[in-house]
Amino acid sequence: MGGEVIFFLEIVISGVMAGVMYALVALGFVLIFKASGIFNFAQGVMCLFAALALYDFMAPGGWVDRWFGFTFPVWMAIVLTIGVMVVVAWLIERLVLQHLVKQEPIILFMATLGLAYVLEGVGDILFGSDVKPLDIGIPQGASDWALDNYGIYVEKLELVAAITGAVLVTILGIFFHRTRIGRALRAVADDHQAALSVGISLRTIWVIVWSVSGIVALVAGIMWGSKSGVQFSLSLIALKALPVLILGGFTSVPGAIVGGLIIGVGEKLAEVYLGPFVGGAIENWFAYMLALVFLLFRPQGLFGERIIERV
Amino acid sequence: MMFKRLTGALIGATLALPAVVSTASAYELVIPSLDYRTGPYAPNGIPFANGYHDYLMMLNERDGGIEGVKVKLVQCETAYNTKQGVECYEKTKDTPPSRALVYQPLSTGITYQIIPKASVDKIPVHSMGYGRTSAANGKVFEWIFNFPATYWDQAAVLVKYIGEKEGGMDKLKGKKIALVYHNSAYGKEPIRTLEKAAEKFGFELMLLAVDHPGQEQKATWLQIRRERPDWVLMWGWGVMNQVAIKEASSIRYPMDHFIGVWWSGSENDVLPAGDGAHGYLSGAFHAPGDNFPAHDDIKKHVYDKGKAQGERDRIGEVLYNRGLIAAVYASEAIRNAMKIHKTKEITPAMMRDGIESLDLTEARLKELGLPGFTIPVKITCANHAGPRKVALQQWDAKAKKWSFVTDYYDTMNDIVDPLIQEDSAQYAKENNIKPRDC
Repeated sequence: MGGEVIFFLEIVISGVMAGVMYALVALGFVLIFKASGIFNFAQGVMCLFAALALYDFMAPGGWVDRWFGFTFPVWMAIVLTIGVMVVVAWLIERLVLQHLVKQEPIILFMATLGLAYVLEGVGDILFGSDVKPLDIGIPQGASDWALDNYGIYVEKLELVAAITGAVLVTILGIFFHRTRIGRALRAVADDHQAALSVGISLRTIWVIVWSVSGIVALVAGIMWGSKSGVQFSLSLIALKALPVLILGGFTSVPGAIVGGLIIGVGEKLAEVYLGPFVGGAIENWFAYMLALVFLLFRPQGLFGERIIERV
Repeated sequence: MMFKRLTGALIGATLALPAVVSTASAYELVIPSLDYRTGPYAPNGIPFANGYHDYLMMLNERDGGIEGVKVKLVQCETAYNTKQGVECYEKTKDTPPSRALVYQPLSTGITYQIIPKASVDKIPVHSMGYGRTSAANGKVFEWIFNFPATYWDQAAVLVKYIGEKEGGMDKLKGKKIALVYHNSAYGKEPIRTLEKAAEKFGFELMLLAVDHPGQEQKATWLQIRRERPDWVLMWGWGVMNQVAIKEASSIRYPMDHFIGVWWSGSENDVLPAGDGAHGYLSGAFHAPGDNFPAHDDIKKHVYDKGKAQGERDRIGEVLYNRGLIAAVYASEAIRNAMKIHKTKEITPAMMRDGIESLDLTEARLKELGLPGFTIPVKITCANHAGPRKVALQQWDAKAKKWSFVTDYYDTMNDIVDPLIQEDSAQYAKENNIKPRDC
């Protein structure tokens, strides 16, 4: 293969991988929006919070180590962090959501905005603001096999993220369509009042969906934290998920994945081939522009549900 | 009723007492500390703020302040946000009793915004190795200082180092040097110098901007992989540094050909990349490590007394030491101002005089417990950038420490000086400033 073709392939592959990384964050937004109609602005901070908690459970120098003189093995640290995210979900439901049940969506959105700052502050107090190098054993660096045999650069961490993303989407698909709780979640998403009338507990559903979203946040936090170290800029990855959501639709799990891939590949190609003509650093805003163009033709996103209301 | 009134008066008097005593008994030297302990850049802001705080607290605890006058450190959180930084400036500038004596905001964006304000308010700003490079011209920028070196000096020195490694400056012809930079006022600072150097030495300059915060840089590093520049320079900050170093390591770019600005050369930047960061280089103007007598004094008078803001095992990190040296410059300038004006109750205007005639010799650094910690600094009315020398340090991933690998290089005056003159003249023209005669 020629050098230019390989280079083009590398860009597309890295775009696909980056897209999956964005989609991992976007999935958390989708889950909550799907079940409750809330646009959870705190999703990025939840990724950060989960990664911070995980680090402190397993790393020497974390607060578990400092207070008790030992650390947990990776698998146990992950289980404990899932526990933390479930507790966070329960607290959010108890302290915030249950008081806002009949409020307008914008009020709920504003509440999540506040929640983002509270979680970030609590994370800072509990875990500190240092950069924490996260290593849970995920292979990192260039794939020697691809590089030595084909001259193509593929990042192993992103490959793991892509596989993880695929597994996660499959599990979520089964959870939503094949389990009782999943069906209840979909019922709540379709119509709160109807779901309540058949005995589905809105509060329980909200705790479950925020917990699942917290687990997705943990997966995203692990991947992004392994890439750059766990640090407070992780919360900004939510901004990378927004164009993915606009494009894929706020209510579709496959939409988040496909949206992520289109945004990832689109922004990388734009940066490399258009960037030099306009001074570079265009991938951030190009992603939004791409999403807005889609929005003009499909306001509900690629896979979003068309909203038809009787007036 | 009477009892309540008496109790109220007593409580009021008791609460008021410390303020009255404080005002009556001692003049205090107000130094605002525009910190960022929150937000995406906090990992870098915190060690700097700790070093700054700890050195000044050490002076308060050990010596009762500077020449016996206590330092009043007024901390204000900027989150590395320019707007918040300007608010902090406005909020703290008139803090009694001395008013703010100097600002060291650790942000090029904030520095740019407060340059015109501080010049009107007559408060010195010391943007130590950052900010507006042409502030080096003291004839135009009466209130702004940027010693001990500027971004342009550093860019020139890095080119000099590359030339040396390539076997001579003439060998730079035909080479390709990439600059990966934070897409902000700060990141763009070295571009003009590097363009001039490219013209002079005949190397090709490749510019690659990275948007804030820099968490995703794959496209940038794929371009580097394709173009294979001989050297890569980086003007980054925060997470951008960590991601860049990891990406460079991933594409197997030789780390000893990857050089960061001094703001891309702290432990935070290299640790997440693990062994992959081994051999990475960065600019520096002070030593790393905590093996200086001044550090021992900080441990004894600040940490042992429980007055520290950071963790003991992080004393001596690169950014901690940078905060420390910033505080040393401020305190020595205060001492100098007291000597010049023969008063311990100095004002911001006196402080400016103190900075403008600062002469921090090797002997004085030794007295301060910092022998060989940094280069001597001599400031004059015309030269606000001082010695303008830069060294290079290299990361040893196994030992997890930085070490100096060069002596201090002089800048390339023939490239940088005309740029400083041109930019400062432009600023003077735009702002109706008549350059001072000095």
